[in-house]
Amino acid sequence: MELRTRRRLTNRIALGLSLAAMSFGLFWLCWILYTVFHLGLSGLSLDLFTKMTPPPGSTGGLANAIVGSLILVGFATLIGTPIGILAGVYLAEYGQRTALGVATRFINDILLSAPSIVIGLFVYAAYVAPMGKFSAMAGIFALALIVIPVVVRTTENMLLLIPSSLREAAFALGAPKWIVVMRVTIRSAKAGVVTGVLLAIARISGETAPLLFTALSNQFWSLDLREPMANLPMTIFKFAMSPFGDWQTLAWAGVFLITMSVLALNVIARVFFREPTKS
Amino acid sequence: MSNMLAMNLRAGKSQLTGETAPTVQLSISGLNFYYGKFHALKNVSLDIYRERVTAFIGPSGCGKSTLLRAFNRMYALYPEQRAEGEVLLDGKNLLANDIDLNDLRARVGMVFQKATPFPMSVYENVAFGVHLHEDLTRAQTDDRVEWALRKAALWDEVKDKLQQSGMSLSGGQQQRLCIARGIAVQPEILLLDEPTSALDPISTGRIEELIHDLKQEFTIVMVTHNMQQAARVSDYTAYMYLGELIEFGRTDDLFIKPKIKATEDYITGRFG
Amino acid sequence: MVADAPDLGPGILHAVAVGERIKKRPTGRKKPSIIGDLVFFNVTRVFAALVLLMLGGIIVSLVYGAWPAIERFGIAFLVRSEWNPPAERFGALIPIYGTLVTSAIALLIAVPVSFGIALFLTELSPVWLRRPLGIAIELLAGIPSIVYGMWGLLVFTPIMSQYVQPIMTGVLGPIPIVGALFRGPPIGIGLLTAGIILGIMVIPFIASVMRDVFEVTPRLIKESAYGLGATTWEVVWRIVLPYTRVGVIGGIILGLGRALGETMAVTFLIGNNNVLDTITLYAPGNSITSALANEFAEAGEGVYNAALVELGLILFFITFVVLALSKFLLLRLGRQEGTTT
Repeated sequence: MELRTRRRLTNRIALGLSLAAMSFGLFWLCWILYTVFHLGLSGLSLDLFTKMTPPPGSTGGLANAIVGSLILVGFATLIGTPIGILAGVYLAEYGQRTALGVATRFINDILLSAPSIVIGLFVYAAYVAPMGKFSAMAGIFALALIVIPVVVRTTENMLLLIPSSLREAAFALGAPKWIVVMRVTIRSAKAGVVTGVLLAIARISGETAPLLFTALSNQFWSLDLREPMANLPMTIFKFAMSPFGDWQTLAWAGVFLITMSVLALNVIARVFFREPTKS
Repeated sequence: MSNMLAMNLRAGKSQLTGETAPTVQLSISGLNFYYGKFHALKNVSLDIYRERVTAFIGPSGCGKSTLLRAFNRMYALYPEQRAEGEVLLDGKNLLANDIDLNDLRARVGMVFQKATPFPMSVYENVAFGVHLHEDLTRAQTDDRVEWALRKAALWDEVKDKLQQSGMSLSGGQQQRLCIARGIAVQPEILLLDEPTSALDPISTGRIEELIHDLKQEFTIVMVTHNMQQAARVSDYTAYMYLGELIEFGRTDDLFIKPKIKATEDYITGRFG
Repeated sequence: MVADAPDLGPGILHAVAVGERIKKRPTGRKKPSIIGDLVFFNVTRVFAALVLLMLGGIIVSLVYGAWPAIERFGIAFLVRSEWNPPAERFGALIPIYGTLVTSAIALLIAVPVSFGIALFLTELSPVWLRRPLGIAIELLAGIPSIVYGMWGLLVFTPIMSQYVQPIMTGVLGPIPIVGALFRGPPIGIGLLTAGIILGIMVIPFIASVMRDVFEVTPRLIKESAYGLGATTWEVVWRIVLPYTRVGVIGGIILGLGRALGETMAVTFLIGNNNVLDTITLYAPGNSITSALANEFAEAGEGVYNAALVELGLILFFITFVVLALSKFLLLRLGRQEGTTT
């Protein structure tokens, strides 16, 4: 085969394979989403939101798990977001070249991708063991520790996108730095920062590992932060690994709820605000 | 030639307005500026006169913006930039360490090349600087905002939309908003860094009219890369090249009969 | 007044009146406090330092919790394969083996596929499709790992055990040496299945890094190659890939870091078996994360607990090194190109 034909053939094959790879990725996405829809939708009913998790062999719902997850995610976001934003502000506005800034940025990115089970282990050792028992509060801490690096990263990135001319205009009016940052810079980056928080919420909504040794789970209805609290991921874990049909149906319904919430948050965040594309 | 036209117009104007004799407000002597190791301004000395318009002209990179930004110490934001020498405002050296920067910037305001409305309403934009430095009642702030917007020739266009976002205005309006914002704090000196270079000719014309009106109350120093604009608008002009002040004098004198050959070359377009 | 003064419109008298009211120098001047700046600076600084504290806290608490096991077993812990809770004899070899093998399988699948996806997104795809497809791939990363685990167990595993594994045994089994990996009872759950699902989970991470670094390759370099008559494939394989080599490796290592630390998907699929007696990938096994997930609750206090915490410490150490390496490489690339990833 002459060289030109061979090259053209190689090109065709390579591009064909890349199309195959793209389809491969989409295939799994579609299959998983289809399954989740199919098996999850059939388990949806009003009972899901009104009845509690049942003992094996009987029907019920996921009410306590849903509420528990909302509480855990809500408080974790409430605690982690301000810490993350302030740290992100430091990195963007003060810490561009300082030693603290460089170190924090580096460590933050590592913590961002660190195994979440290790975070759970840390909270167990630092909080659960000394306190002597599992509690929702511990779960909240663990989830907050996952929220923080995400918010730090997105806050810093969004603040850095704000042109320095805007800051200079505020300084030129005689504003002290903290007013420039709070009333001008952050306000301009508001959309991006909110996106970061949404992505953080999406991330912790589906996390199970950090709750394994902290909030555990609870068969019953409990709003006490000092006790273990029911939550969707742990409940799904228990129900899915069991041989009971009723439990498995509930597990799929729970999976459906989590997946839809997470995907909705992701799509809103990514479509609503995207970094300007580099070209 | 357009220079002659500008000169004649100016001669006509000064007869009508009857300006008072010029007094020195800002006195610069021996100013040197460094970006890291790069020596950007070399031993610059000149005077800025009260309630007059002074223009800095010169090819890009000559240091005119650098000189302007030294007057409100904007360079203080960047650690590798530093200035040495004296810039005396009413006798006090602005470059000294004991100067309160925020206070300085309330007295020496700046409008930038690119219009930068803050992410707030038109009203809040204009009131931003005022709230920083003064304790005014709501009514007093309203008055001040209206006054500033009128002076910036923007009031009629925005008086019904004061609560709308500043970013919803057109480009020329945004720049006038920034001017209103700058004068709302009633600075003694107003620095304009290429205020019309991003605007269309009609907006440019309106802003030039504005400058002519503003100089009755404020001292104005502006940087422009457009020589004709300097000839149209300013009373005094400084020509800079490669960090040095080549020539400084009354605009009419500089444009008609420049003392230095380099200035003449630039003005007549033989160079730059 | 002057002939060429700007027209202030109607209300000029009002304007003059307003101007008169405030012509005098303002007397209500207040001094903005310097305290505001100082407080703000230090508050943000404290919270930034908190991030560093987190890292320190993790390391300290893990070492502290693992100490009884570190004391008892020493360095041999890393290579012993015995896992006997009643007799209190533990060795990390099996979990480490499981972690490494599943991650290796995951990378073997994810790297070529991610490369193909990145190639498609940057060179082949019509421009209007790029963003939706990109978002679709990123959605794969958004699916919670427990969903992967449950779906993998209840939907994928039966297919593996009924169709895929028997076929693989038939096709690949007879091959000398490599074939040994694909023999044995097709029970579905095991190292191979866990590795495959892990691979799918890791694809979006590697693909988006690759796509990002491909996209910032200077257009001029690609155009020079095209101008010489190179095909699309040749431009990507011979010009873009070498140019972005550092970033690509950084992205792969990032994917590795994610694979190593993944818990729920692996826990559902790996089989929770602490015996290592065969080389086949069909065998059930354990990874560090699945061992922790499955056994921590019942481990109580004592050496069992400490051994598990030591596993966590080992995992943290491995992922820390891997992620630091990836970050370092990506930073190097960023500085080289003058951009940041």
